[in-house]
Formats: sequence, structure tokens, C-alpha cells
Amino acid sequence: MAELETFREETRRWLQANAPASMYTPYKTQDELCWGGKKMQCPPDTKRWLEVMAERGWTAPTWPKEYGGGGLAKAEAKILAEEMGKLRLRPPLIGFGLSMIGPLLLQEGSEELRRAHVPAIAKGEIRWCQGYSEPGAGSDLASLQTKAIRDGDIFVVNGQKVWTSYGDKADWMFVLVRTDFEAKKQDGITFLLMDMTSPGVSVRPILLISGSSPFTETFLSDVRVPVRNVVGNVNAGWAMAKVLLGHERTMIADAFKERDDAKRLVSLAREYVGEADGCIADPLLRDAITQVAMDQACLDLTLERSRDNMKAGHKPGPETSIFKYYGTELNMRRRELMVSITGPQGLGWEGPGYDEDELKLTRDWLRSRGNSIEGGTSEVQLNIIAKRVLGLPD
Amino acid sequence: MDLVLSEEQELLARTVREFVNGRSSLKRVRRLRDRHDADGFSRELWREMAALGWLGIVVPEEYGGAGLGWLELMVVLEELGRGLMPEPMISTVLLGTSALLLGGTDAHKREHLPAVAGGERLLAVAYEEPRSRYDLNHVEARAEKSGSGWLLSGEKAHVLDGHVADWLIVSARTSGGPRAAGGITLFVLRADTPGVTIERQSRIDSRNAARVRLDDVRVGAETVLGTVDHGGALLARVLDRATIGLTAEMLGGMTAALEMTVEYLKTRVQFGVLIGTFQALKHRAAKMYIETELARSVVMGAHRALDEGRDDGTIARLASVAKARCADAFNLIAKEGVQMHGGIGMTDEHDIGLFLKRARVAEMTFGDAGHHRDRVARLEGY
Repeated sequence: MAELETFREETRRWLQANAPASMYTPYKTQDELCWGGKKMQCPPDTKRWLEVMAERGWTAPTWPKEYGGGGLAKAEAKILAEEMGKLRLRPPLIGFGLSMIGPLLLQEGSEELRRAHVPAIAKGEIRWCQGYSEPGAGSDLASLQTKAIRDGDIFVVNGQKVWTSYGDKADWMFVLVRTDFEAKKQDGITFLLMDMTSPGVSVRPILLISGSSPFTETFLSDVRVPVRNVVGNVNAGWAMAKVLLGHERTMIADAFKERDDAKRLVSLAREYVGEADGCIADPLLRDAITQVAMDQACLDLTLERSRDNMKAGHKPGPETSIFKYYGTELNMRRRELMVSITGPQGLGWEGPGYDEDELKLTRDWLRSRGNSIEGGTSEVQLNIIAKRVLGLPD
Repeated sequence: MDLVLSEEQELLARTVREFVNGRSSLKRVRRLRDRHDADGFSRELWREMAALGWLGIVVPEEYGGAGLGWLELMVVLEELGRGLMPEPMISTVLLGTSALLLGGTDAHKREHLPAVAGGERLLAVAYEEPRSRYDLNHVEARAEKSGSGWLLSGEKAHVLDGHVADWLIVSARTSGGPRAAGGITLFVLRADTPGVTIERQSRIDSRNAARVRLDDVRVGAETVLGTVDHGGALLARVLDRATIGLTAEMLGGMTAALEMTVEYLKTRVQFGVLIGTFQALKHRAAKMYIETELARSVVMGAHRALDEGRDDGTIARLASVAKARCADAFNLIAKEGVQMHGGIGMTDEHDIGLFLKRARVAEMTFGDAGHHRDRVARLEGY
């Protein structure tokens, strides 16, 4: 224990000595954080923070040192996270490399792939995107049709991916392709790593109802990918995809943990609705605000319980589906409530008469309508729980 | 403290479940109801529960208890809740014991707690009044100074296990108007003190509740629990503990109702298929399951807060969050349970209806979901 306390002391001192001042300011959206990659454009402080943390391996604290990680034990990583939390420091790097493909490569990748990609992820040199969904394969992901035909030690890939998050900003894509057309649909899928600068890759942003374009369509035309870029085995990509879907759903639930939101709802209501006798003047909105805050508290405790269960050696259960379902539904309710509180001021699209916060709140509400669709629809999550937990018949 | 049961707690849960399955059943619960049992519960089972140490779990060893924690008590209450056990846990172990632990003098504790933990004494806390709804401070019953003691008068309602209690803890107004926050005092007195009239009430869940009339009941100064005029704050703390314990019972009840319903979906055939194949029912069942998981987290979190000795504000908030969640979840699951059972679910013969009735009573015991949301908003200052 004494050693951990020393580690805590040293960590705090090091963080305070090395974090640029602007890294202590809270961020409004993840767009303000560093996602890394060759096309990275971020303020000097953000870049500097990435560099000093990456040098120590603390962008990926628990990854082995030989792959650019910090080599920290879980207890140490927890202390690091706690100290960063206490100082309200921004994470130095986020993205699908750290949260998805990096852990998968460490778990399932060949030594060659690990050496080629994991250190670059930890340093924030390469930004990744995910090529899963297709125009004809949404909820039914396993029916994907993007073809990869083998030509010696090369796969020639043709097809179209859709809903690629930040496909226009990424350097590499991990992509699911069909390599066996006769087998059962789940058994003919291969998990490939693809360089987005390869000839034949083109990307087109998708404009959403919120006016933003965080997703792209990705067109693949005779793209040549070396066979050594297969993660796991040929035709065994579905298992890889499922491992990652679990990560993704937990991440989505975590992303909605916005600590200050209860207070934000209350302060919005005080501003737009007003108070009567010290209470928010509209009793229905007041009740809805409390309901959201209480539901968030219950979800937070459930996330904590799930982590504690895994720590105690219990096998992970169907939590990811619960988190995905409930976390997204709750976030959507919160966004909708914010517009209700704001009233007609929450209806602006752009231009005069609305301030920046109002416009953002409205667009965030529109964007949130996708939460229960992306990463596996709410209905798919309920199907999973009905089948795997409750054992209801097909 | 991690939000996960220890091996010892898991073992305790199994022991209680075996006890409930072996010594009780919903048939027994029905028999108590249908035969208008005079006690409304089994004194024999109560003695066995005392012998197993379950009545004094949170009572310190020096007062004859086990000196264990609230998470242990949670495990017991949840299992009893699965079996809809009507034994007087809420009145005696949650309300009465908490009032004595938080407000009693050493003499009070020595007088009552060993007897409670030993299963020889039942307590009831008479704080609600016919018009008080969920407002603890709405106390019209009065206590007038009389010599060195007090003279109590007024009417109390919905007193859990009132008609079987050996001792009563009563709230009465010693100063201020009928809804004033200050000026309330708690008294602990024998249920057979002259002037006390206890009348059993019959409610939908057939559990014990009673009206208590106080007609010039003369009690000594030593009956005051806590401080004169400051009983309201004490009562609020007592009710937070009892509320948290009640949510554990509700968690057990909703889990059992969900399991019963899912089992029915797997066996009932209509249109030539199991009705559990219908997605309209699957999705609702999955949502019911999610509700039980969220409820379990907050119920555990609230019990943990008591074990960690968190401040009253945190405990009050968690008690309300847990109660609101469990009230909504238990009602949802019980109502959906009846609906998914179809016609048979409406019959008295089928057990799912027992859970529907218990859900509604538990919802309104110590305040419904709306009351607790309002309380959280007030605690948060909006």
C-alpha cells in the first residue's frame, strides 16, 4: 500500500509539472480533445500534452511498455485516472485506436501486426475508423456484402461501407469483408486492417438532420490489402467483430456520463422557466429533471457494480446491452428535455435571435436521435437481453 | 466498498432462500389471509428467524445483536421479499430498531433491543395520521405536559403491525402548528397502556396495519425518545433507514414476479407457438429485466451508504432515489406480469396478483415515487 501511495504522490507531482495550463479547462464536446492521426489539427497545448503523456506511455496506461504503453498495473492505472480526475485534466488522447483496435490487436493480433500498429496508436500517430455497416447491412450486420477476393498474398476489396465515424479524418480502417460466399453468413467474414490512402478508397461525408457530418460513406474499388493484415484468421472475423461491439457499447454508455448535466438542467430551467417559492416554476418540468438525474444515478451505480463484479472475478454478463440501451435512451430523454426547457428559443437553426449555446443544444438534441440506432439499435439490444438473459425462445 | 456481495453475503442469501422455500410458501401467505389469522404472521417462523440471528443483524453485539451491516440485512430482506413473507420485519427490525438505535438512551436500548433481536418483542412506529399523506411533519396528535410526564391524544393510521406490537413508538406534537417542522416528539410506550386503542385495518396486500387511537394516554418522562420538540428530524432519519430496507424487500418481490412471468412466456402456447416467441412480449420482458438491474444497483448503493456511515444528506438522497425507482419498477413489472399472464393473471387463484397488490402497498409505504422525486428536488435546492 505504501508503494501505491508513493506512486500517487509522484504521479500527482508529475502531472502538475507537465500538464499545460489549458488542459485543466473543461471541454464541451469530444471534438475539442485530441484524436491523433496524420491529419490532426489541434492547439499547441493539446499537442504538447499528447507528446509528454505518450512519452511516458500514459496515453495507454495499462498497455505493455514494449508496445508504447505505460506498463502500469491495474491499481496504478486506477490511481492515475483518479489523480487526473481530481485535477480535472483532459485525457491526452481518445479515439477508436485506443478504445477498440489497440486492445483487440493486443489480445488477438499477430506479433507483426502488434509491432506495426500498437505503438503508433499509443503515440497518437495514426487515427482509426471502423468499417462495419453497409447500405444493406445495418442491424443485420452479418449480412454484409463487401467482397474480398484473394490474389496471392493480397485481398482485392470491393464494396461500400456506411456510417463510418470520422472516415474523412482517419488514416486506417478496420473493416469487415466477406471472404466466403458459400458459408453461413457469420462464417464467411474476415477482419482486415486497411490503409485509407490505398488507391481505390474514397470517402464522402454524410449530412445529418443535425447539420453535422460525423459519419462518412466509404467506397472501396479494387483496393489491394495484404493478407498479413488479417486479424485472427480468414473467415473468423465475426468473433473479432463481436469482441469489439462489446467495447463499443460500453464506450457509448460511458460517453453519456456527463457529470454536470443534472446541474445544467436545473440552471437552464432557472433561466428559461423561472422559479416560484424556490422551486422550478413548472412542476412537470421539475419532475422530469429529477427523473433524469435519478435515472442517471441508477445507471452510474450499475456501471460501477458491473466493474466491481468483473474485478471480483465474475464473468461479464449482458451488461453492455443494458448500458447501450439505457444509456442512449436516457441521453435522448435529457436532450429532448433541454429543448423543452428552452422553449421557442430551442427551435433556432442559425442566425440572429439565438445564442451559441441555444443553437448547440438544439443540434445536440437532433443528433441524439441517432443514439438508439448507432452501435446496434435499441430493439437489437432488447432482443439480445430477451434471448441471452431471459432465455426466451426464437 | 465495492458494489458486489461477498462470499459470506452470498452464502447468507442462499441460506435465507432455502429457509423461505422450505418453511414458507405463497400457499402459507394465502392461508394467513384466507383464515383471517389473528396475528397475520407466524410466531413460530419469527422465533426461528430470531434464532438464525436475522432480527438483530444491525443491532450491536452489546445489545444482543449480530453487529453486522446493512448489506447483510438487505440480502435477508430481498429473499423474504421474493416469498412475500408477511413477518414483521419492516415494523420491528427496520422502523422500531432504527428509532431506538438513533434516538434511544442506553437504558432504552438495553430495555428493548435484546428482546427484539431475540424475537420476544414486536415494535410498531405510529407516525402516519389519516390526513398526513406522506408529510412526516403533519402531526395533529398532541402531547401535553402533565406533572413530570405527558398526556397523549390523537389518531394514528396505517401503523404497520400495530395490532400485534408489544410496544409503540408514537409521534406527537409538543409545540407548533399541525404542519410545523419543529415541535414533534417521539414517545415509546407499551401498546397496552391505558387509553391506547388499536384496531386492525384490512388492506389489499393483507399485511398487518392498524389504526391507533390515543385517549389521554398518560406516560412518564422516560418514554421520550430523543429530544422533546426534535422528534421530526429523528423520524426522518428513521424513515430513511426503513425506506432503504423496504426497497430490498421490493427488489425481491419484483425479481420473483419477473421470473414467474418469464417462465409463463416459456410455457404458454397460443397460435401454435410459445408466446415468448412474440417480439411484442420479448421487448417488454427485456425492459422489465433492465429495471430490476438498475433497481438492484441503487438498492445496494443505498445499503452500502449506511454501512459506510455516510452523512444524512447522502443517505436521504439515496433512500429517495432507491424508493422512487423500486416503486416504479415493481409496479411496472407486476402490472406487465398480470397482462402477460392474460386471463389467468386476473384470477385470485394465480400468484401474480399477490405481487401486484404488494407492489402498490409498498409503493405508498414511506412515500410514493412522485413524493420522493419532489424530495430529491428539494434536497438539491430546486
